[in-house]
Amino acid sequence: MQPASETLAARRPGRLTRIAEPARRNFADRAWAALLTILGVTVFVVALFIVYALCKLSAGVLRHTGLAAFVLNSQWDVVRDVYGALPFIYGTLVTSVVALFIALPVSVGLALFLTEMSPPGVRSLISFPISLLAGIPSVVYGLWGLFVLVPVLRTKVEPFLAATLGFLPLFRGTPVGLGYLAAGMILAIMILPTITSISIEVLRTVPMSLREAALALGATRWEAIRMAVLPFARAGILGATILGLGRALGETMAVTMVIGNSPTISASLFAPGYSLPAVIANEFAEASGALQTGALAALGLILFAVTLLLNIAARLLVRISTRGPVRGAA
Amino acid sequence: MSTRLRKRRAINAAMTCLCALGLAVALVPLVSVLWLVLSRGIAALNLDFFTALPSPVGEPGGGVGNAIAGTLYIVGIACLIGVPLGVGAGVFLAERGNGRVGDVIRFTAEVLSGVPSIIVGIVAYGLVVLPMKRFSAIAGGVALAVLMIPTLARSTEELVRLVPGSLREASLALGVPEWRTSLRVILRTALGGIMTAALLAVARAAGETAPLLFTSLNNQYWNWRADQPTASLTVQIFNYAVSPYENWHDKAWAAALVLLLLVGGLSLAARVLTRQRFGARQ
Repeated sequence: MQPASETLAARRPGRLTRIAEPARRNFADRAWAALLTILGVTVFVVALFIVYALCKLSAGVLRHTGLAAFVLNSQWDVVRDVYGALPFIYGTLVTSVVALFIALPVSVGLALFLTEMSPPGVRSLISFPISLLAGIPSVVYGLWGLFVLVPVLRTKVEPFLAATLGFLPLFRGTPVGLGYLAAGMILAIMILPTITSISIEVLRTVPMSLREAALALGATRWEAIRMAVLPFARAGILGATILGLGRALGETMAVTMVIGNSPTISASLFAPGYSLPAVIANEFAEASGALQTGALAALGLILFAVTLLLNIAARLLVRISTRGPVRGAA
Repeated sequence: MSTRLRKRRAINAAMTCLCALGLAVALVPLVSVLWLVLSRGIAALNLDFFTALPSPVGEPGGGVGNAIAGTLYIVGIACLIGVPLGVGAGVFLAERGNGRVGDVIRFTAEVLSGVPSIIVGIVAYGLVVLPMKRFSAIAGGVALAVLMIPTLARSTEELVRLVPGSLREASLALGVPEWRTSLRVILRTALGGIMTAALLAVARAAGETAPLLFTSLNNQYWNWRADQPTASLTVQIFNYAVSPYENWHDKAWAAALVLLLLVGGLSLAARVLTRQRFGARQ
């Protein structure tokens, strides 16, 4: 008995110092910490790999034509090895702007309706279909767009727009169906859940006292929203919009299936065009030679750089306005 | 009531209606997509569709059996790579991610989850397809894994952080080493949630097309070798949809229905898992 309790007493202070002094932790603990650190750093390594692979693949063509010439050239002629990114950049921007133009009012309205106007039961009822909308694979949206949306656009919507708003160059030309407008509308449907769910999150962080103060001063509900809620949530909603824009810029399959795939620049929204992800999707697997692969990778690099900057800006904005990490954002 | 007040109330009512209209506008495409996939898909669906190989143009019958198997195969590879890395990164962020390094990695994961999936396809092409000199299931798996890692890391972090600190303190106070506390107490407690998150990540990966177009490519036959081109449901839908043949369009709808059932089934399983977990706790 005596020796045992003696060793126990002798060991105890040692243990205590071991816990208090991290440098002398035992081997297993240090191995576990090292393993976790490696796994964590992997995320960063993956990001580095993305940058490395894109730069490596596109280095040849960028040296061949030069970045400025590549971006500003509107010719894309695989046979003569002339590669210019302008039609794709233009198509990506136009479709994304159309998408935002449609999706932003709808999703902010929807977010306001669900947070400010409807009873709480409705909100939980609606959150499921909205998440469903976000979960449908983009190729299925493309299928729907190709066989449902495009015919409707060609026979109904585009002739109607041409008849009523035809004085604008945007709505002139033959109604083809496949084109910028179809791609923009599909994109609008696809980014709607993103903008809505983040906006709801941002709106929930608006202090109740702001609404109560506005209402107590005699404001109607809409006036309280316009004067108290929206100014407070502005930065966050802007962040949500930019995240939606980031998704729209990079969305591939649905756009590829409905944009018409023509490397041209047209003022009319009815005309077929092309977008950065769409041309990569269509031509990459069958690229003839390193130069075309490189040119497509360079398009990817442009797309990556733009979405990266947008994402960083958007995350910072949302973070500032909700004052904490965003949940379930993407 | 003054005219001014009446006007303000009218504006209030109008704006309320407009916002409610947003709800309708959002639901119309959802209902339309689901209804068409269901009605047009069921019309072309039969038992052969799940087991048979694709048939040539004009020939009746045929299915997407190899594409279903291929999707499961590629997603399986993605899971093997992506789940340990993603969950591990998440545990790192929760357990030791309070410093500078943690902040950088957290931000990287957030930003990575917004990178377009087609870019990830190019990266997998450059890192796997080019060195191997051929399209392969493993390249597709790597691409999908890269897509899974950031989202899985973020959700794992949140779930691990939800585990009460008293559990960890109790375990450490009993003299259990830190690594065992992490594995047997913290991770064990968060396991249900992590499985849900993993299932959701798998469901999302199964619906991806763009990163597979030039990594796993496509295959007209059954394939179980990881270093060979492999068919997938999503790429098959794309090829059928953009083809000029009426009978292939029908198959695209049927394959889309199969894909939605697969993705929806996985998401539903995740939801049931969550509910069970919370039910058990209450």
